[in-house]
Amino acid sequence: MPGMTLYDKLVASHEVARIDAEHVLLYVDLHIMNEYTSPQAFSGLAARGRDVLRPGQQMAVVDHIIPTHPVPSALRVIADDASSRQALNLKRNCDTQHIALFDTTDPLQGIEHVIAPEHGMILPGMVVLCGDSHTTTYGALGALGFGIGTSEVEHILATQTLVYRVARNMRIRIGGALPAHVSAKDLVIYLVHRIGAQGARGHAVEFCGEAVAALSAEARMTLCNMTVEAGARAALIAPDAVTDAYVTAHAPQLRGALLDEARAWWATLRSDDDARFDVEHAFDASRIAPFVTWGTSPDQAMPVDGAVPDPRDEPDALARLALEKAMDYIGLAAGAPIAGVPIDRVFIGSCTNGRIEDLRVVADLARGKQVAAGVRAMVVPGSGAVRAQAEAEGLAADLIAAGFEWRQPGCSMCLAMNDDVLRPGERCASTTNRNFEGRQGRAGRTHLMSPAMAAAAALAGRIVDVRTWGDAK
Amino acid sequence: MNVMTEGVAAPLPYSNLDTDQIMPKQFLRIIDKAGLDKGLLYDLRFDEAGAPRPDCVLNQPAYAGASILVAGPNFGCGSSREHAVWGLQQFGIRAVIASSFGEIFYFNALNNGLLLVTLPPAEVDALLAKVSNTAAAGANRVGIDVMAGQVRAADGWIAHFELPARHRSMFAQGQDMVGATLQQLPEVERFEARHWARFPWMKDVARQVRDRLDAHDNERR
Repeated sequence: MPGMTLYDKLVASHEVARIDAEHVLLYVDLHIMNEYTSPQAFSGLAARGRDVLRPGQQMAVVDHIIPTHPVPSALRVIADDASSRQALNLKRNCDTQHIALFDTTDPLQGIEHVIAPEHGMILPGMVVLCGDSHTTTYGALGALGFGIGTSEVEHILATQTLVYRVARNMRIRIGGALPAHVSAKDLVIYLVHRIGAQGARGHAVEFCGEAVAALSAEARMTLCNMTVEAGARAALIAPDAVTDAYVTAHAPQLRGALLDEARAWWATLRSDDDARFDVEHAFDASRIAPFVTWGTSPDQAMPVDGAVPDPRDEPDALARLALEKAMDYIGLAAGAPIAGVPIDRVFIGSCTNGRIEDLRVVADLARGKQVAAGVRAMVVPGSGAVRAQAEAEGLAADLIAAGFEWRQPGCSMCLAMNDDVLRPGERCASTTNRNFEGRQGRAGRTHLMSPAMAAAAALAGRIVDVRTWGDAK
Repeated sequence: MNVMTEGVAAPLPYSNLDTDQIMPKQFLRIIDKAGLDKGLLYDLRFDEAGAPRPDCVLNQPAYAGASILVAGPNFGCGSSREHAVWGLQQFGIRAVIASSFGEIFYFNALNNGLLLVTLPPAEVDALLAKVSNTAAAGANRVGIDVMAGQVRAADGWIAHFELPARHRSMFAQGQDMVGATLQQLPEVERFEARHWARFPWMKDVARQVRDRLDAHDNERR
């Protein structure tokens, strides 16, 4: 019998029952909910007189619809009636079912995928599910995380399990070292570009290699978060010393003998030497440049010194149509360089890049400089804790002095469910995860990039190569 | 969903048609499932003033009452929002045919009985060409037989597809999944007892953390 992958081990340790050759009943250690993908699940339970089976394994937060206006936490209000109803409904559901909630005015409120790890709810070896596709983030800490739909949210609330089709195994090895000014965000956009928007569909992706080992825990979250943009069912990194340091710093409930026990288990959470992967890829980090999306799918990306592709070079009719449609929407011509494209808006934040390390990079670049005339640049920290930390470190003051808006946390303009929305035709340098048509606002144009690249774009007023932009000044 | 469906099929030959486009954000501010038919593919169907876009097939008389979509690869990728599936169904769509589907979307569709048929890319291309023909009346009608695993075009062209047995019966009959799993509750509880004995720190993990944060907050006051 061949060895097991890390993914196989995580599934096996959570298998309540085998359903058939492809499906298992999977136990869920932590279930996270937000205000917009959970209401119909609670209603479904209520309609059949069912209760939440394990309230202590559930956490909820108001994050998608919350405005990010810079008022004190205690004074935050949701002006939009429908959005306010969603927040109140979540609170009522959590109160009724005794579920831990991070509500609108909670100073610790934030984006679900930012607050769960920062308070030690995510530990290696756990299964963590949420009605949100970016739940793949938790693979950064050696936990199996993936997004689910609302019917599945209801299933978990009632049974603490999921009927789950086991994914195939993919391994992506990243050798070498990332060059200066090239981050985990550039790496993941590069990977999505290389393997395509469905390159990992149906697979759990395990990352390994020198470049991955060298990433901080937060940078690993960025990598695993956006792996879903290649269609991956999950992303995983085997826990190591970096993971251990992060988790022990954030989870004070794990101490003494309990921590020793946990560490003994974490040490087994790695793919066996003779484990078989269905697909393997290898890439060299040292060859990666800052990456920027030019189109309307996260795989439509290129190095910052590249140019928009020519659809006439694409032999497949559907693929050619996709390129033409994207170019038409984004307003760039075939062969146009991406560097130098003027921008109207900058958005720094999201579950991909709204953590303290991201804000440090932005503040370092912005310090003593000014946001370009005519550019509106927003910084939306990933959580109340990130916001407080950035204020304590003086980052917020630097950003405000440089002309950035310093706002309250939330998902904000990543998906523009609140009042942070692009106007038609506005072009935005964004640290988010999706450049889909209309995602940040109808007819809004999104270019995904790293926090460093977005900060440089804010200061320059156009897309620039952060590796050389500072020198030219 | 019955095991057979037949109706007008509309071509949407776009790759990676994501759930943000299938159900845009402004229709998600609800706590029920109402009104999602209006939001379906909104930016594709309506211009910025809210007027129907004549270039959208779903607004053309030849595709009135369409109940099947023939789409490009990776249909339903992106966001997990199940509202996309609810909206398709409320609009009257009973099946989507494509060469691949986003993973979360696939299971959302399954859980709601929206039939998804996966065909090889070349066969989707062929079917797209057939249902794009509006010159001959009825040329854009398609039939799907779930049990036989057959897609049939108006001209007699046939393609075959396979569904896992479990998915076939779910698409065909639907199922109260929660009710089915609740029958296994004793098994879940036995698993939990073993699991928490081995990993005691995972028990009540959310409650433990929230209590710790609240205690810390009270201390500061």
